[in-house]
Amino acid sequence: MHTATAPFDVQRIRADFPILSREVHGRPLVYLDNAATTQKPQVVIDRIARYYAEENANVHRGVHFLSAEGTEAFEAARATIAGFIGAPSPREVVFTRGTTEAINLVAHGFAEAVLREGDEIVVTGLEHHANIVPWQMAAERTGARLRVLPMTPEGDLDTSRLGEVLTEATRIVCVSHTSNALGSVSPLREVTEAARAVGAAVLVDGAQATPHAPVDVQALGVDFFVFSGHKTYGPMGIGVLWGREAWLDRLPPYQGGGDMIDTVTFERTTYAGLPSKFEAGTPNVAGVLGLAAAVDYLTRLGMEHVATHEADLVAYAVAQLEALGGVRFIGTPRERASAVSFLLEGLHPYDTGTVLDRLGIAVRTGQHCAQPVMDAFGVSGTVRASFALYNTRDEIDALCDGLRQVRDLFG
Amino acid sequence: MPTELDARQQAIVDEFAMLDDWMLRYQHLIEHARSMPELPEADRTDDALVRGCQSRVWIQTRDDDGRFHLAADSEAQIVRGLASLLVRALDGLPPRTVAEADLWFVREAGLSEHLSPNRANGLDAMIRRIRQEAAAASVDRTA
Repeated sequence: MHTATAPFDVQRIRADFPILSREVHGRPLVYLDNAATTQKPQVVIDRIARYYAEENANVHRGVHFLSAEGTEAFEAARATIAGFIGAPSPREVVFTRGTTEAINLVAHGFAEAVLREGDEIVVTGLEHHANIVPWQMAAERTGARLRVLPMTPEGDLDTSRLGEVLTEATRIVCVSHTSNALGSVSPLREVTEAARAVGAAVLVDGAQATPHAPVDVQALGVDFFVFSGHKTYGPMGIGVLWGREAWLDRLPPYQGGGDMIDTVTFERTTYAGLPSKFEAGTPNVAGVLGLAAAVDYLTRLGMEHVATHEADLVAYAVAQLEALGGVRFIGTPRERASAVSFLLEGLHPYDTGTVLDRLGIAVRTGQHCAQPVMDAFGVSGTVRASFALYNTRDEIDALCDGLRQVRDLFG
Repeated sequence: MPTELDARQQAIVDEFAMLDDWMLRYQHLIEHARSMPELPEADRTDDALVRGCQSRVWIQTRDDDGRFHLAADSEAQIVRGLASLLVRALDGLPPRTVAEADLWFVREAGLSEHLSPNRANGLDAMIRRIRQEAAAASVDRTA
């Protein structure tokens, strides 16, 4: 329902993020490296500070007041985060250090309990190294084979190859929701249908999804969905693995230690149920509470509004960069979220990024942990501008103005 | 009496000190980059590649009768410029001098923190490589 006030007042939102009022090299910070990490609203920073100032205690263990209170807050946070991604039950939400650890956990479990020699694992040509390397390791351990669903020259997943790459031997298909390097949004419905048809599981790397659009894991119809707190306006060092209960039950524990056990004797240990089975050791309580605060903040803003605002930014950025001329887009996907990768013709991305930094504009340059994507485009790296809910059209104008100055300098 | 190495470093520092605007300093660095001859393709070998840089950097060195010579190249102009300053400071000096050189001009000219804040510029990696090669060359001569 629309109210009289604008649903999404970006200037008011910017005031929630203290770092955005910083200056860099004497200029107002223009932060366009959100695919690397997003900035944190004050509510997240306050939540972490309050936890350590007033609530610190170990969870799941003590009989004392603080521990009980902490456990309650911790598990309430799990429920909040489950709701944020549409998970049917908080039992299916496992806390990890981040997306990378979440993928490693699943890859390790598959290597132990699922993969056999001759099986196949499918990754895509758009993946971040974090969704390639753990699967290579699992393949090496088990004799399974890694297969790649390629991307098109435009940087979209080539779904016309699904029928050929996915076979009866495919056990899992590992695909990013949104490419960190190019911003391509994957056609997950098609991928999931093809995986279902051959009886393969689907893992979605959602690191670049949760910050930008509403996510409903049940609607996606996938088996695993992973994301990082720090890219979703939450703290670093906390991530989430959601998995269907049947799958999580089937996979063995990832690490052993406290909290993940039922009974321990020197002869034999039995493991705790979900999600504790996968959460050995003292968890990152402040991280979990901080992430829940971020999720509450995003829910109040409304992820549909965030998505609408960012879609406008991305379209504006592409149009302004086109108008600038002399810009080579790396990836021109059908559907794009958050990130735009490009090169100023004749210039190495490092030169572009270094001078932009001097102008207070933070972009990422290099391979974006996606070397196969760079190789496919025949480039050693790109300049990547990636947007978040607090960015403005003015900042995109500042980027384009900065690029003009870069060109003048090297011209 | 300042050493040859110190005199060369001072000259670089003085040049940058005259430029009070960072844009002019970049321009100066880029001019340096442009005036340095390109490494022939054949010299851009894997062995010459310096790891630890965001742009690829190649350094070729040779010991020529007690004089240490170096040539460098990079895909990025700023990195080429930084490399050219290392060549200017060190080329033709005795290998032992190069191996033990205190390259204070990097700090004094504000190259590391002001012009290229990113560790990815590879300046440290380039210097490490040059020192290693020079140390090896000076050992070869005394052996």
